[in-house]
Amino acid sequence: MNPIDPSDLQAVWLTLKLASVTTFLLLLIATPLAWWLAHSRKWYKGLVSALVALPLVLPPTVLGFYLLLLMGPHGVVGELTSALNLGRLPFTFTGLVIGSVLFSMPFAVQPIQNAFEAIGKRPLEVAATLRAGMWDRFISVALPLARPGFFTAIILAFAHTVGEFGVVLMLGGNIPGETRVLSVAIYSHVEAMEYGAAHWLAGGMVLFSFIVLLALYFAGGKSWRVAR
Amino acid sequence: MSLFKWNLLGVLLVTMAQEANAGEVNAAIAANFTAPAQQIVELFQKESGHTVKLSFGSSGKFYAQIKAGAPFDVLLAADDAIPKRLLQEGAAVEGSRFVYATGKLALWSVQPDYVDEKGAVLNKGNYSKLAIADPRLAPYGVAAKETLEKLTMWNAIQGKLVKGESITQTYQFVASENAEMGFIALSQIMRDGKVSVGSWWLVPEDMHKPIRQSAVLLSKAKDQAAAQAFLAFLKSQKAAMIIRGYGYELPKKP
Repeated sequence: MNPIDPSDLQAVWLTLKLASVTTFLLLLIATPLAWWLAHSRKWYKGLVSALVALPLVLPPTVLGFYLLLLMGPHGVVGELTSALNLGRLPFTFTGLVIGSVLFSMPFAVQPIQNAFEAIGKRPLEVAATLRAGMWDRFISVALPLARPGFFTAIILAFAHTVGEFGVVLMLGGNIPGETRVLSVAIYSHVEAMEYGAAHWLAGGMVLFSFIVLLALYFAGGKSWRVAR
Repeated sequence: MSLFKWNLLGVLLVTMAQEANAGEVNAAIAANFTAPAQQIVELFQKESGHTVKLSFGSSGKFYAQIKAGAPFDVLLAADDAIPKRLLQEGAAVEGSRFVYATGKLALWSVQPDYVDEKGAVLNKGNYSKLAIADPRLAPYGVAAKETLEKLTMWNAIQGKLVKGESITQTYQFVASENAEMGFIALSQIMRDGKVSVGSWWLVPEDMHKPIRQSAVLLSKAKDQAAAQAFLAFLKSQKAAMIIRGYGYELPKKP
């Protein structure tokens, strides 16, 4: 079996970077969104929920294809980025980050939302009677109680981004160090009949995914006991 | 209940047997040959009564699938390397390989008057992205690389290259104008001998090794009349007319 080459290691590094940046951004976006979804009674809550969940059911290539068109020179986003002198997003790391954030959104929002909903009103009301302000209630009561949800969200969003393929394939252009992530590298190796290198990377991916899920279930078990 | 199941099984078996009699060909087709293949198959089905099921994709993927026992009867590859390899490994029928089309490479842009007739636009450098198919994966990518090497631009242009995993994806990058231009298969933009959209440079033959798109009969279809009939039809004058209409050349008859 021929071993993996430096460009494969670069792909591994790039994948970890993409997954980290995506997860970080998702936490920033998903937390307020999940909070709102957990507490809102607005009529359009269902609409927002459906939009957030859409990447769960859409084939990633569909998402990738529309992002490619949207970010292209005739797309709304493409015209906007051009007007702002930001250049175009397809074939860039930034473009992949945006695609990944959308793609992994439900995996971050839903666990956090479930955690917020599980807390219920009572602890927050109690905190309110102790004169905790809204912000204080959120930071000192809701966030700690929702920690298992955050943990699940982080792991799922990270792992899901690592495993992302369709969106990257459509948007990426396979540029080493910029958009050539692990899943695309594996795909290229298989297509080029370099099965040795494909095995190394694909096997590593299986191991990684297994460890991540293992961690999730063990940690999940622990927080379950704590909750009881 | 079990009687019902047996009946169902019987119906299934009869249906399958009928289909086998009518002759069904599972054809794996190189993505760049999508449009002509559909047209040829339509004609072939009408004339022969056989049915052809088409799968489009990259030759590398088909290779892996065929080796893993995919139910394909014929392979129309984008080059002759993979058919040769299948022959060597005994997965294809000896003597069945032939070149069904010689591919043409074109530098294409959606914008009219963007690409000139000599491809000098490549040297101007006022573009940000040039799309090619990945040379590791696609014969048209190899031809694009050879052309850029011949122009002594390959090293200098690396920062502007975006690579599609197939010639289809490369086309998509250019068609959506995410890349200003790209090297694609002429067959993707030519219909009935004409290119209707954008501007292009037909890359001269001496810029790259010929793209000899070869077909081969796969071993599992060794004795299958319909598959052989389809390959024979691919060599016919009627098929040749269609193939030429998409800008391919045909090898000279011996």
